[in-house]
Formats: sequence, C-alpha cells, structure tokens
Amino acid sequence: MLRTWKAMSKRARTEALNGYLGILPWVLGFILFNLGPIIASVYFSFTDWDIINTPKFIGAGNYIKMFTRDPLFWKSLQVTLMYVALSLPMKLAAGLALSLLLNLKLKGMNFFRTVFYIPAVISGVAVSLIWMWLLQPDYGIVNSLLRLVGIEGPQWFWDPDSALFSVALMSVWSVGGSAIIYLAGLQNIPPHLYEAAKIDGANRWHSFWNITIPLITPTIFFQLVMEMIESFKVFTQAFVITQGGPLKATFFYMLHLYQQAFEEFNMGYASALALFLTICILIATIFVNQTSNRWVYYEAEVEERA
Amino acid sequence: MTASTKSDRKPTLWETLTSPRARGRAETIFWYIVMTALALVFMVPLLWMLSTALKKPEEIFAYPSVWIPAEAMWDNFRLALTKYPFARFIMNTFFLVGINIVGELLSVPVIAYAFARLRFPGKKIFFILMLSTLMIPSQVKMIPLFAIFAKLKLTNSYWPLFLPSFFGSPFFVFLLIQYMKTIPRELDDAARIDGCGTWGILYKIILPLCKPALAIIVVYTFLWTWNSFLDPLIYLNDINLFTVQVGLSMFKGMTGVEWNLFMAATLVVTLPILVLYFFAQRYLIGGIASVGIKG
Repeated sequence: MLRTWKAMSKRARTEALNGYLGILPWVLGFILFNLGPIIASVYFSFTDWDIINTPKFIGAGNYIKMFTRDPLFWKSLQVTLMYVALSLPMKLAAGLALSLLLNLKLKGMNFFRTVFYIPAVISGVAVSLIWMWLLQPDYGIVNSLLRLVGIEGPQWFWDPDSALFSVALMSVWSVGGSAIIYLAGLQNIPPHLYEAAKIDGANRWHSFWNITIPLITPTIFFQLVMEMIESFKVFTQAFVITQGGPLKATFFYMLHLYQQAFEEFNMGYASALALFLTICILIATIFVNQTSNRWVYYEAEVEERA
Repeated sequence: MTASTKSDRKPTLWETLTSPRARGRAETIFWYIVMTALALVFMVPLLWMLSTALKKPEEIFAYPSVWIPAEAMWDNFRLALTKYPFARFIMNTFFLVGINIVGELLSVPVIAYAFARLRFPGKKIFFILMLSTLMIPSQVKMIPLFAIFAKLKLTNSYWPLFLPSFFGSPFFVFLLIQYMKTIPRELDDAARIDGCGTWGILYKIILPLCKPALAIIVVYTFLWTWNSFLDPLIYLNDINLFTVQVGLSMFKGMTGVEWNLFMAATLVVTLPILVLYFFAQRYLIGGIASVGIKG
C-alpha cells in the first residue's frame, strides 16, 4: 500500500486523502460499534462478570456451565430450533404464494399490494398486543368466530401445545415484506420464456414448476437465509405475550440471553450465550449456502459472462 | 367475433359460457374473490383493534362478538393517553426519529460518495468489511456496548440510541452507493471544469440527484427508530424517557380487562407508521424491492 502511495501523483494523493476522510465516520463506527464489541464479547465470555466489579477470568467456565449445568440453555435452544423448523416453511410458502397472487395481471393490484404490506411495517410490540387480544381464548375474535361454527378453538398462547404454533402463525401475518421481494424476483423473469413454453404445449402447472420456481430460486435462497436468521433471534413476541411460558413452551434463546444479561446481570455468561448464538447462525448460514449450488439457479452469471 | 359474421347461427348458451372470453372473465372474477377474501383476512387484526378501541367496557366481553360498537367511544383515546403517559412517549420517539435522520443524512452521503466516486488504496477491503458487518447479528455486540455506555454513565439516556446513526448505517451506505453509481460521471467532470471541488461536487451536483435514495433513507430511519424495541428496552429505565414501544410493552402478559384502552394505545402508537406508510409507500416498497432490505 505504501509503494502505491509513492507512485501516486499529487492529484491522486489528494483524491485518496479525501476518500479516507469520507469513509472516516464509517471506520470509526466500525471500530467502536462492531470490531471492538465483538472482540470484547469473546473476552467477556471467558469471565465471571456482574457489570459492577471487574471481570474475573474463569477460562471455559461459562461454556462448561452452558453445556452441563444449565437446563434452561438446552430448553431455549430446543424451543428456538423447533420454532425455526416450524415457522420457516410456513413463512417461505406463504410469502411465495402471496407474491404469485400479486403477480396476476389484474386491475387495482396496487391496492391489494398496499393492504398486504401494512402488517409488515407495524412494530413487533404492537403486533404482539394485537394478536394477544385476537387469539384470547374466551373473548378473542378468532375463537368467537370458531364458536359460531361450532368449534371450540384452542387456548393458543395459553396452552404449551399450541403456544409455539401461535407465535409462528402470528409471524405469517407480516409476510407481505417477503412477498414484495419475491414479487421483484417474479417480475424479472423474461415473459418470452412463458410464451415459448406455451407454444411447446406446456400448461400453467408445467410453466410454474419448470420456469417460475427455478428462476426465483435465488430469491428463495435469499429469503431462506434472512428469515432463518430472524427466526433464531425471535424475542419480542415471547417477551410481550408469554414471557417464555406456558411451561417454557416459548422460552426462546434470546429470552434466556436477555434474562441472564439484563435481569440477572450474569454478563460473562450472557456473552458466552450471545457468542454461541452467533456461531449457530453462522453455521446454519454456511450450511444453507453449501447446499445452494445444488438447488439455486443463477441465470445472471451465465448471461453476464456471455 | 369474426366467426359470427360468417355464419348467422347464434351461439348457444353453452357455447357462450365456455367461450375463451367468458372463461377468461370467470377466471378474473375468481381471482378478485380470492384476493378480496385474503385482503379481508389480513385486515381482520387491524379492524379488530380499531373496533375494540372504540368499545364500551361491557361490549369487550360480549358474545357473539360486537364488530361495530353501538356508540363509538372516542373518549377511550383520551382515557388511554391520560392513564398512561403515551403523549410523552410519542414526543420522545419523534425526537429520536429526528436526531437519527439528521445523523444518517450527515454521515451516509459522505461515506457513500467516497466509496462510489473517489479512488484510494484499500477501498475494496474496506467495502468488503462494511458488507460483512451487515451479516453479524447485533446480539453479539449488545453486552459490550451496554458495558461501554454504562461505564460512560450514558445508560438511561438517548446517547446509545442515536450515536451509532452519526457513523452511518452500512445498509444505507450500500443503498446510496448503488444509487450514486447510476449517476453519469460526466456530470462530475463538467462541474470540476467549472471549478467545483471534490466535496462541492457531492453537495451541489450528486446529492440533489440522489433525492429518491435519500427519501428511502429518511423513511426507513423513521420506521426502524419508531419500531425499535430491544435497544430502548435495555437502555432506558426512567419512564419519562420511554419510547412508544417500551411504553406499549408495559402491557405485557397482562390479564387485565381494559382491552379497549390497550387497543386504543396500540392504535395511537401504530398510527404514525400507518400515516408514513400511506404517504411514503413508494419509498418503502421501492426500498425493499431494490436492495432486499427488510422493514
């Protein structure tokens, strides 16, 4: 880098100095709010620390506690993985189905798009409160309507068997955001492919499986990764509605982390929990990425090189 | 209908009903029904919130459920806002929204301009580092950041909630870089010949052309600040400093009976976002569709 610097003209040096000046805020932010905290997190995870006294180095103590002496860690991990496995397919399928509807050539589609996207901009706390009342077992509108047709609805958030499913169901309401991203993918598919398929005698079902699905696999892949990361970090719904209950059925990993850090002030142990969560997300992302070349179809790459 | 001019025979009813045009129309009607039904299902939670917010206490627990209250209790909003200090929470949150927008608008254009237009050694590495920070979950930084702000005696203040925006969000920097790349470089050159300096080009030539991208930044900063929950929850203890979301979360896990007041408060807190959405829909939807960022 120094050699390039010497070889540069005076004008180029001025430009480079201006460039460094321009990115300076980001560099400072990167060190203060990213790099520093991440390194500190790794160190703190090896300490016993209550935030008031100085951290005491205890080696792998926190990790040993996590894996051998903390049943709540295993419970929260199990709940979170179950939630990922439950909500991810629901959200991916609902988002894709909704985007297919939005892609129909109908008048007034902008109106429908507006309606479906509204829930996606409402905050997690407000959504949680609305759904808590909606799914209230005795007076909520859902069970009231079910009772009208003679069905006694479940206890939703208030039953260990249906609580996790209720949280997943609630997340599907906000699926408009991912539908918009799928829609952008759908609208990038060149129409001539469908026309050509039609001439070859393909029906809509064939076109869907052989053109639409393969060509939006990059979008599905993107959504899969983003939604998966989001599902690992779910917190607000459980914090507001269930506080992890009933019987720890919605005791998500982030709830455990929050309680350890900001209620018990076990900062060292919470750092270890945070680091483990990050590693889990990283491994899951790498795993999905590894499978991607088997099912994700990248047309753009081929076209750009051609 | 060229066929009908050739033969005098009128099409039978069966032929009319099964003609491609009729089938097309039936299909259109079918899809409208599907879309309308689905739109209604999507709106039920919001309508139920509005309906409950306007109910008298005895109507909340009526069965079968009342959709349209006999008398709209607009007074519920006044009750909710005086019983809980939501007016205060709303002012606080608007203050944070404003200061975060200022922060992003001061920092993001400068950073994006350097990446999009200026040449300097190591640019590629810096750019990759910036994108990589988008991948790191904020949870891993949460505890050390809290410790730093606690050490500086800045917890229970707004500093932790707005300071980061003055260093530019990588999301917005990335978005603005992409946008700046679409502006022809000839404009820079022409301005330079007219005696414009490096930073003059940014503020006089490029930024005025970036207004749509800047609008996306403003709108998303508003949305994210308004909806932000975990950070204000961690940092704020004094109820007078609470943001709307932390204020709303005071209703957590409650088994109370004042659902009409709770829903009135929820509606009041959601309303600014709905207003923002209806006026800036173009930027919100355009923003996520172009970069794939999520609201």
